[in-house]
Amino acid sequence: MFHFEVVTQWIDRFLRTYLQGGWALFIEFVLIGVVVLTAYAVLALILIYVERKVCAFFQCRIGPNRVGPFGVFQSVADMIKILLKELIKIDRVDPRLFRLAAYLVIIASICTFGAIPFDKGLHAVDFNIGVFYLLAVSSLGVVGILLAGWASNNKYTMIGAMRSGAQLISYELSCGLALMTIVMLSGSMQLSVIVEQQSYAWNIFRGGIPAIIAFVIYLIAGHAETNRGPFDLPEAESELTAGYHTEYSGIQFGFFYLAEYLNMFIIAAIATTLFLGGWMPLHIPGWDGFNEVMDYIPPVLWFFAKSFICVFLALWVRWTMPRLRIDQLLNLEWKILMPISLLNIILMAIWVIWII
Amino acid sequence: MEVKNISIKNMKYEDFKENEYLEEYVKELKANGVNIAIAKLDDLINWGRSNSVWPLTFATSCCGIEFMCLGAARYDFARFGWEVTRNSPRQADVIFCCGTIVHKMAPVLKRLYDQMAEPKYVMAFGSCAISGGPFKSSYHTVMGVDQIIPVDVYIPGCPPRPDAMIYGMMQLSRKIKMQEFFKLPKQPHPIENNEPVETGHALSLPTETTKGGDQ
Amino acid sequence: MKVIDELLSKLPFATTGLKDKTYTVSVPKENLYEAASFLKKNDKLSFDFLMDVVGMDYGDNLGVIYYLSATQYPSYIIALKTATDDREDPQIDSISDLWESAGLYEREVHDFFGIRFVNNQDMRRLFLRQDWNGYPLRKDYDTNPELNPIPLCNEDLNDMENMPVIEMVVGEKQDNVHKLFDAEEYIVNFGPQHPATHGVLHLRVSLEGEMIKKVDPNFGYIHRGIEKMSEAYTYPQILHLTDRLDYLSGTINRHGTCLAVEKGLELDVPERAHYIRTIIDELTRVASHLLGWGCMAMDMGSITAFVYGMRDREKIMDIFEETCGGRLMANYSVIGGVMNDIHPNFQKRVKEFIPYMRKMLKEHHLLFTGNPIARDRMEGVGYLSKEQAISLGATGPTGRASGWSNDVRKIEPYAAYRHADFKEVLRSDGLTFDRYIIRLDEIEESLKIIEQLIDNIPGGAYAAKTKAIIKLPEGEFHQRVEGARGEFDVYINSKGDKSPYRIKFRSPCMTLVNTLKSIAVGTKVADLIMLGGSLDYVVPCIDR
Repeated sequence: MFHFEVVTQWIDRFLRTYLQGGWALFIEFVLIGVVVLTAYAVLALILIYVERKVCAFFQCRIGPNRVGPFGVFQSVADMIKILLKELIKIDRVDPRLFRLAAYLVIIASICTFGAIPFDKGLHAVDFNIGVFYLLAVSSLGVVGILLAGWASNNKYTMIGAMRSGAQLISYELSCGLALMTIVMLSGSMQLSVIVEQQSYAWNIFRGGIPAIIAFVIYLIAGHAETNRGPFDLPEAESELTAGYHTEYSGIQFGFFYLAEYLNMFIIAAIATTLFLGGWMPLHIPGWDGFNEVMDYIPPVLWFFAKSFICVFLALWVRWTMPRLRIDQLLNLEWKILMPISLLNIILMAIWVIWII
Repeated sequence: MEVKNISIKNMKYEDFKENEYLEEYVKELKANGVNIAIAKLDDLINWGRSNSVWPLTFATSCCGIEFMCLGAARYDFARFGWEVTRNSPRQADVIFCCGTIVHKMAPVLKRLYDQMAEPKYVMAFGSCAISGGPFKSSYHTVMGVDQIIPVDVYIPGCPPRPDAMIYGMMQLSRKIKMQEFFKLPKQPHPIENNEPVETGHALSLPTETTKGGDQ
Repeated sequence: MKVIDELLSKLPFATTGLKDKTYTVSVPKENLYEAASFLKKNDKLSFDFLMDVVGMDYGDNLGVIYYLSATQYPSYIIALKTATDDREDPQIDSISDLWESAGLYEREVHDFFGIRFVNNQDMRRLFLRQDWNGYPLRKDYDTNPELNPIPLCNEDLNDMENMPVIEMVVGEKQDNVHKLFDAEEYIVNFGPQHPATHGVLHLRVSLEGEMIKKVDPNFGYIHRGIEKMSEAYTYPQILHLTDRLDYLSGTINRHGTCLAVEKGLELDVPERAHYIRTIIDELTRVASHLLGWGCMAMDMGSITAFVYGMRDREKIMDIFEETCGGRLMANYSVIGGVMNDIHPNFQKRVKEFIPYMRKMLKEHHLLFTGNPIARDRMEGVGYLSKEQAISLGATGPTGRASGWSNDVRKIEPYAAYRHADFKEVLRSDGLTFDRYIIRLDEIEESLKIIEQLIDNIPGGAYAAKTKAIIKLPEGEFHQRVEGARGEFDVYINSKGDKSPYRIKFRSPCMTLVNTLKSIAVGTKVADLIMLGGSLDYVVPCIDR
């Protein structure tokens, strides 16, 4: 199995032979920052392209196919354009809050993105409270959305932000509870440990029924947290024109746009890490030949393949379902998902204590 | 079926093939040489801008239905990357004037145009938006949107077919490619009497009444 | 009819006449309210459906014609006429407390003719801006553009909210101004430019959280003055404008106008033309319902459904393009028949389309009707009772979803509908889901009609010969047809000239938007958009 550990450790050793410890660390930090930001932007462009193609596929259309081969450079063109658009100064808004909101959303998203283990060693920070960190940082985005709605001085954004607040705070609960069941199963919050544990059976197989229930709940709640259809109430296009980011133009709007797509990926990546074995190849105990073959596929590919399957699921739902109404949305969370999650935790406790 | 020898007075058959006058004009202008760095950067920027034209969903009447057809499966303007229709004028690049503009709507349209971020473009779609069309003799119709806002491309028809619309949008792309981004005028409004419409009234994007921020 | 004769004999002040099922009743303006309330509230036969209110400028005096119909005998019509000779400050008693739809109609008459209705609680102008000079449909209207230049500022909110009222207080007329909203209400504007108002409708909505307290529709953002223009145009020219009223059922509007003119000319239209017109009408209806279905789905957030609807609609557009030459604007019916004979492929392609559409309808049901989110949102929301539907004049699929049988194709079969065997789809609950599902059911019925007619198109001429200049004899002509959204009426008043003295189109959509006022209250913002989709109005049809 080839791990990125080899590369990262080589860079580390290389730097330390020529530089003092402090400087080496500093250069590593800069490198990691550049890599994370680049990966973030490139991944966002790929995701936008994928979404447009998949959406076209669901709607019997062709999708972008003129800009570059099969239209692959379409989102690049969009980014160039959006970088050069005017940033409109809007009358009677709070300019500091207005700008801060866009940055908060994208910073929350980048911080979460940095903590995802793409491979052994390809992991910016490996906290011993990784799951806790993911939950904490990803929910910072809601502050940005609330600020955006409030600072825009517009009724549509206001309604959108209030909806978003209600929605994200509710769904954060089942999201967290679903992840907690997995933490119970693995006994650790450290992401690398959780992934290593799944080398012979992914959590979704190891954890049995409670893990499957948690996986489904996590997909639903996570999808709701990304503000994408059918949970796109905060920006409900046909009701609130563009929801909380109605008044944003140019790259400030671009931040919201990028963060939306990356959040979708982040949710899929967390689902992959905690439920589907992260970068671990598919191993079946006893089938050594099969396991050997699977090991030849690089773990990074495994990670992205699993994540993109989850992303595809999200797109499938988004382009099939109509939007929920606000009361349906809250009923779904508080009357269905929450009780099930709570029960599921007890079920998982039983599973961990008596069955495994 | 091949079109053969259309003869229109004062117009040669070859003229129908392609109207490259814009490109030739620019070539002529650049014949004396330009700064290569800026020219290349300009090319890249214009490639991006011309391939990503996001329309505002704005339609007043019949032409709007053909605009919807353009977005649907048969004509699919997503092929050119135009399917990201934005509902908020702040995020749109081009406004399609689909349909008649009447006196009561005129300030609304002008305000929508003012709300869009530069660089912005306008397409007059259909004969009503071009000149008043079938409603030219009416007391309440504006005789063409170019009386209120500057227009980049006119697409005739009542309503124009979606194919015509695709052609029109490609003309707009060409026009964008010809521009020099670093020399774009700050306020390209060729019309006098261009005070922005008063804000805070009863229109689609209320900006006044929520008490936010520093009030 | 005997009952109606008996009723009318109890109105001593009225002069009556009868011309094929239409009773004309002229009353002095002092007795108007008395006559109207007698016709509405008597115990023998209640004329509970106010079809239309037509304002008239007779030259010396200004008049109003109320078209009434009884749901019990829907094919009989009473034209209640009144007039006032005061051109400076014309006043007529309002009947807005008898029929809910009357208030809006009276505002329209006020806007066009300057007649003020005493006791109508809302006498703002309907289409034009409140600061517009003059009343455009009066014959002495000054069309000088300098009087009404293109405005550069948006309309003032105060103008939009202050409702001038002329009301009777203790036996005395008083001019008052009522406020539409309280000062502390949270008001959100939907429109004029909004993705879900189906055009440029402006809804002012008072909210409490997400709940809707009050809805006030504002029209006129696409008012093109078609009725005034028509007074200067010849009849064949007018036909082109009718397509652009409700462009989704354009051929039906045009058909109705042709029928009205043919009625006046007493022209014998060949049977072949009748069949072709009927088939084209039904194809239009299918296309319109498909688009309505798609738009409603899109309003609820399901864009894929919208694309599916448009995809199937393109098949109909192909058929139109081959036979009529146009996609959306077919411009097909002309006075005396149709413009050209059908394309040789027409029958073949229509016959291919019918099974295709039936297959696709199943897919549509699978995609959207059965979706639990969609079902849950549509059921139990937006109840419209039958009585209210009649009083509001909500015709078409909306009325039929509430159980009101109002299909003009059944009431008064025109063209080739009498040769077709079809049933009028009726539902009883009057909820959003009924209004939604009834459209899909009507597509099936339309396919049935087309299936029966397509093989039986008789031979012969496709159009009757008419004179080069068509002059309609003196008189009033009224024709009802069933548009895709409801009853479309044409009223022509001719003085024997080549253009009409007054032409009026009943817009089915105007009353539909009016229903929003009552059914949207108490629902949520998301429901308002969905209700708009379920009513499926087309704004240029309202504004004309």
